[in-house]
Amino acid sequence: MRVQVRYFASVREIVGLAQETHDLPDTVQTVGQARDWLRAQGGRYALALSADKPLRVACNQVMCDADTALQPGCEVAFFPPVTGG
Amino acid sequence: MPPVTIRIQTEPFDLVAETRALRAGRLDVGAIASFIGLCRDHHPGACDPGHVQAMELEHYPGMTERAIGDMVQAAQSRWPLLGVTVIHRVGRLLPGDDIVLVLVASSHRVAAFSACEFLMDYLKTQAPFWKKESTPDGAQWVDARESDDAALRRWGVESDNAT
Repeated sequence: MRVQVRYFASVREIVGLAQETHDLPDTVQTVGQARDWLRAQGGRYALALSADKPLRVACNQVMCDADTALQPGCEVAFFPPVTGG
Repeated sequence: MPPVTIRIQTEPFDLVAETRALRAGRLDVGAIASFIGLCRDHHPGACDPGHVQAMELEHYPGMTERAIGDMVQAAQSRWPLLGVTVIHRVGRLLPGDDIVLVLVASSHRVAAFSACEFLMDYLKTQAPFWKKESTPDGAQWVDARESDDAALRRWGVESDNAT
């Protein structure tokens, strides 16, 4: 399925992009699987989405967890822990 | 529904003007609690490598407003509130600049104080903002703190932002 992927803060800097579209294989059905799939693309993705650093995810602009199901056309965002206020 | 104002902006805010707007024409408001968060230099020596020269604040447009709206609703379900204003600045800020304003109006002070603190605890760990500090050693992203998660858990809300 095709999804919009957005990156913020340090993740955006490492990936080198703020936003892109990906056509995910059928085996990718959840937000966590999307992270794994992107990481497997290697290079800057592997670095930005590394499993050993805390990362938060949102689906359609709502915080979610790795088990959240993807929908065609949804907007998935990866970013570091938030530090506002 | 009580009035709720949520704004993300680069320009400064005016505490007095915002307070006046929140209470305008209201005779039922008995208390307004306010909180202002400021950009600070935690290593103020000019030669200190950690000396903060400026801060860049990034956010996730759209999600930010929604997340703050959700947290205001959560506050309204806990306390009898008569109005809420949340203004958060983004972009480049300097030490001494205001970052965030939270105003809470209620009939009595306990609800106003509590909801104001609750909203800030929520905002620190659940709203998509990120700070990057410029120091003589270069620019670096600010780390999230587990103590902020602990602050939100006091209200019975699960939070694991920093981990």
